[in-house]
This record gives sequence, C-alpha cells and structure tokens, in this order.
Amino acid sequence: MTQWSGYLGLILQGALVTIELTLMGSVLALIMAFLAGMGRVSRFFIFRALATIYIEFFRGTSIFVQLFWAYFVLPFAGLSLTPLQAGVLALGLNVGAYAAEVVRGAILSVGREQYEACTALNLGRWQGMRHVILPQALLVMLPTFGNNAIELLKATSVVSLISLADLTFQAQVVRSQTGSTLMPFLSVLIIYFALALIISWGVRSLERRMARGLDGVRV
Amino acid sequence: MDWDWNFVWEIMPTLIQGVKITILATILGSILAAIVGLGIALARRSENRLVSRSVGWFAEFIRGTPLLVQLYFIFYVLPDIGILLPPLVAGVIGLGLHYGTYTAEVYRAGIDNVPRGQWEAAKACNLSGHHTWTHIILPQAIPPMIPALANYFIAMFKETPLLSAITVLELMNQAKSVANTYYRYIEPMTLVGAFFLVISLGSVVLLRWLEHRYGRIER
Repeated sequence: MTQWSGYLGLILQGALVTIELTLMGSVLALIMAFLAGMGRVSRFFIFRALATIYIEFFRGTSIFVQLFWAYFVLPFAGLSLTPLQAGVLALGLNVGAYAAEVVRGAILSVGREQYEACTALNLGRWQGMRHVILPQALLVMLPTFGNNAIELLKATSVVSLISLADLTFQAQVVRSQTGSTLMPFLSVLIIYFALALIISWGVRSLERRMARGLDGVRV
Repeated sequence: MDWDWNFVWEIMPTLIQGVKITILATILGSILAAIVGLGIALARRSENRLVSRSVGWFAEFIRGTPLLVQLYFIFYVLPDIGILLPPLVAGVIGLGLHYGTYTAEVYRAGIDNVPRGQWEAAKACNLSGHHTWTHIILPQAIPPMIPALANYFIAMFKETPLLSAITVLELMNQAKSVANTYYRYIEPMTLVGAFFLVISLGSVVLLRWLEHRYGRIER
C-alpha cells in the first residue's frame, strides 16, 4: 500500500500531460473551427472549397491514422515532430474539423432578420459578423463545443501509442511494473471521468454567463 | 519523400487482410451496440429508480472515459478474475459497450418521439406491456432513428484502429507490422488513411440514402 502512493504520483504526472494536451489541442481546434467554419459560409468559392476539403478529409480518416501519419510519415518529409507536437497537431486538426461544422451550423441558425438588420444599419459583412451574428451564434455553439472538448479529452488517450507519457501510458507503466491491473486502470478511468465532468460543468457555467446579456434576443 | 508503387502492390494483400478484420469488428460491434443501446434505453425508463439511476450513471461513466482505457480494462483486468477473452472478442465487447451508451440516447429520443396517443391506444386495446413494446412502440420508433444509428456506426468504424493496442490484427496493426518489417512508413500509413477515407466517404453516401429512405416518415 505504501508503494501505491509512489505509483499514484506517476499517474498524476500522466494526468498533467493529459490536461496539457487537452488544453493545447482545444485551442488549436477552436482556431481551426472558426477558420474552417467561417470559410464554409464564405462568399468566395476558393475558401469554401478549402474548408470543405479540410473538414471532409479530417472527419473521413480516423484520428489514429492522422496521429500515426503525423508522427511516422512527416519526418520523411523533413518535418520531425515531438510526440507532444504530433499529438496536439493531430488532435487539434481532427476535433477542429468536427467543431467547424458546429460553427457553420450556428452561424446559419442565426435568423435572417438579424442579417437584414445588419444591412439596414449599413454594417459591413465583417462588422455584422463580429458584432451581431457571432455573439448570438457563440451561445448556440457552446454546448456542442463542450461535447467536442470531452471527445478531445478522450482522444488524448491514443497519444500513449506514440510514446507520450499521458494517463493511459502511465497506467500501462504501473501495470507492467506491479502486475496489478485493476488499480491502475480503474483509477485512470475515474480521473478521465472527473476531467470530463469538470469540462461539462465549466461549459455549462460559461453558457449561463454568456446568456446573461442576451435576454430577449434569443428565441 | 519517395513513393514506391511496387512496395504498395507488395503490401496490399496484407492490408486487405487487415481491412477484413476491421470491417468484421465494426459489424459485430455495431450489432452489439444496437442491442446494448436498446437495453440501456429501456433500463433507464424502468419504474425501479435504483435500476434507472445506476444504469444512467454507468452509461455516463462509459461515455466520459476513453475507449482505449476501457479496452485495456477488458483485456487486462478481466483475465485476473478468470474471464479470458480472445483479443477480437474483447475489442468487439469494448466497441459495443462504448457505442451502446451513445446509441442509447438515439433510442431514447426515438422512443420519446412516439406520440402519447399510441401508448394510450395500446392500453385501450388491452395489450400487455411486452406486446405494446414489440408491436406498437418499437416498430414506430426504430425506422426514424436508423440514420442516427448509422452515424455512430461510422464513428465506430473510425475508432477500430484502437483494437491494434490489444493485439487485434486489424488494418492499423497490419500496417504497423509491415512498416516495422521494411522500415518504410510512408506507404503503409498513407494507405491506411486512404482506406479509411474511401470506406467512410462511401458509408456517408449510404447514410444519405438511409436518411432519404427512413429519415422523413409521415407524422
């Protein structure tokens, strides 16, 4: 039992890596989601085409394939990534593609009268987007973004397969060192679940905060 | 980065072998997920609060934790209590259980969408609870949810590379072993990506057809 505390430290170290990866991946995913999501509703064909290709490609191939590709194939193209960089890149681009569809859907869900109001106020396309459409669309996106963040958290476990010492990796280390199987895997499952609960709780309180100024606007 | 077509043709039979296992795992996993999801959805509607609550939490827990860790759990922990499963069986159970918690939500929505008049009519016709479900509710609830279910089965297909972590010789594992033997990563990894892209884009076409066929039923 005394030994177990040492192993618990190892698992907590893994938890830190998982959290770090989730945060960095989420930031990249968020950037990609807005770029591609707004690209899909762009006036210009080239932006629409690029965004569509990005989204279909990353949603169509599996996250594991993308991760392995980033880690094993890119070095042959002269781009060597550390496991952490490859992980953040693959996770961010993959989840970003899913979230881009959320952005697009949310932008399209804003009523037509809002666009007409923008025209009436003589706002430019970008101004209207920035001050009228996005603030309303953001609220629609939030709950699904929360789900996407949880999916991203769960997907981080695959980076253990490219030798990054995250939670899942440390569980395997503890298993091979102690031979005990239930303790490492159960504690890791519980930590993942706790992190997922924190994300969904955080998103929900953020949603409440953001809804505050929009009383009477939302339908 | 040099692409060698001869090498591609050489490794193709091995990869096709892997594709077969991947598809087999997806089909078996989908069948299990369809059954598990229905079970969870029915249990959550149970009159017995203990049953509905505990099944609800169990589903929530499975959905909030990574499939990879669950697969490790099934593969490494269960043998310690005397349940020794072949890798493919462990993988299919993991896939089925994980996605069962997602399909449960689809069933729940589908069942909730059956108008209340149908329940009342079943009661008026003096049908037993069992007959109400099998003759009235489920036949109306299931067709509209087929597209949503199929969506999850495509998602499951893209998660099958995880089975390589518990030594199932599916597409990803075959590609990795080929890559390690010849120390060439570009062709195997890219081909795996191509296989996934082709099959999942193909399934999306199938999905569109399913949506067309079952999505809009007269209400």
